[in-house]
Amino acid sequence: MSPRDRAGAPDATAPLLEVEGLSVTSRDGVTLVDDVSFRLAPGERLSLIGESGSGKSLTSFALTGLLADGLSASGSIRLDGVQVVGARERELVPLRGRVASTVFQEPLTALDPLMRLGRQVAEPLRRHLGLRGDALRRAVLDALSEVGLPEPERIARAYSWEISGGQRQRVAIAAALACRPRLLIADEPTTALDVTVQAEVLALIERLVDEREMALLFVSHDLAVVSRMAQRALVLRGGRVVEEAGIDRILTSPQSAYTAELVRSARELDAALEVR
Amino acid sequence: MTAILELREAGLTYRRASTPALDDVSFVIEQGRGLGIVGESGAGKTTALSLLLGLARPTSGTVLFDGVPLDLRDREQLRAFRRSVQPVFQDPYSSLDPRQSVGRIVAEPLASLGIARGAQAAERVRRALEAVALPADAARRYPHEFSGGQRQRIAIARAIVSRPRVLLADEPVSALDVTTRIQIIELLGELARSEGMTVVMVSHDLSVVASLCADTVVLRGGRLVEAGPTSEVLGSPRDPYTRRLLASVPRLPA
Repeated sequence: MSPRDRAGAPDATAPLLEVEGLSVTSRDGVTLVDDVSFRLAPGERLSLIGESGSGKSLTSFALTGLLADGLSASGSIRLDGVQVVGARERELVPLRGRVASTVFQEPLTALDPLMRLGRQVAEPLRRHLGLRGDALRRAVLDALSEVGLPEPERIARAYSWEISGGQRQRVAIAAALACRPRLLIADEPTTALDVTVQAEVLALIERLVDEREMALLFVSHDLAVVSRMAQRALVLRGGRVVEEAGIDRILTSPQSAYTAELVRSARELDAALEVR
Repeated sequence: MTAILELREAGLTYRRASTPALDDVSFVIEQGRGLGIVGESGAGKTTALSLLLGLARPTSGTVLFDGVPLDLRDREQLRAFRRSVQPVFQDPYSSLDPRQSVGRIVAEPLASLGIARGAQAAERVRRALEAVALPADAARRYPHEFSGGQRQRIAIARAIVSRPRVLLADEPVSALDVTTRIQIIELLGELARSEGMTVVMVSHDLSVVASLCADTVVLRGGRLVEAGPTSEVLGSPRDPYTRRLLASVPRLPA
């Protein structure tokens, strides 16, 4: 039986995520995200592109109600039909991991250093799918081997500080995807990794998103990475959307001066690699 | 070509470590030929840099400065060395003392190396700030008043104020946004040309090294994998690891 069973069949045409006029404000009244709107259909791959201070990460945190204390969201976020803005924590818990899951830049922040990795992958499986005992243990090992970790039994018994950065990000992905969410939010998931490890983790995310027909919201500052991972992108700057278009269009005919500068810089660095 | 700095069969094993952080590595930094030291975590890049900066002593092999083994106890040699070789660090947020004015920060090497004082020092600071394209009033302001890219310009101004022959930069643009990154790369390239400085940098970013450095050294697990002109090492790499490194760099569609 598919663990994706839900009350009522999902409507394939309805957006999975609908963000309308989202703003994020700090306690002292500074607007950090300003009137951001976008939609994401089931199975679609969208990217939020921006530099530091663009509000891309805050936007992605707001989607599942993960904003830090002192930050508040206004506007509307409908995730699988549920209004996230202003929702109570207990209304959001069923969404996280089940409808949408987030993978963060630094896997150490997502993983508890005092808890064995297996238990951390088991947590969402127990909570959302009600698995126990042998079934739970099997599901944990399956989740770990699906993200390409060798010796899943050993990893399950290990702590986060006992494995490499790339392996940690694989475990974080395993935990995020254990309950087969329909949307993966990846916030700079490979920025902290070495370039060869980045290539492997990007390939892993691509494969899993493909196989499970998940939607992907990929947050990144790196145009080259984005061009590989998404079909469409929102370019953010200073909390506002400066442009939304298909990746090809952004790369070939950017509409705003800022996007054009971003693309020019990325092209310049890319061209430097054409050494003869 | 004359070698300013050289690692000769240099190795460093940290106290209580079972394996060396750097193992039998040799390469030469020649006047006017920028060098990029590339590799991933644990490659030994930072260790190589601290040997080249005279911040650590090799546990095997030698560091040579102007052809002479570098002896950190030789005060005379060390003074000449510090005047010739200046560092630029990765994080412009933590490498600048927030309590000091930019003018004082930039003037620091002039005072500590006994190069210039008073009006003469102020003039050198003015010219250094001008060379990195910071506004003339920057000297009176404080680091927190500047953006990340501007702070890296301040750090570079401090490094060039003593007119060193070599700038040793540790991931000088990794902490910067891509649009700022391009500007700092251009600035370093310009300084290399106009001031005749040799820029040596440690970087995990191959495109930054390809933009700036005539020569490239690839390290992995403390050992030298491949070294030579950048056009050869990155243009037609011989070692399978260098090839894998290059193939892993995300590229824009044409």
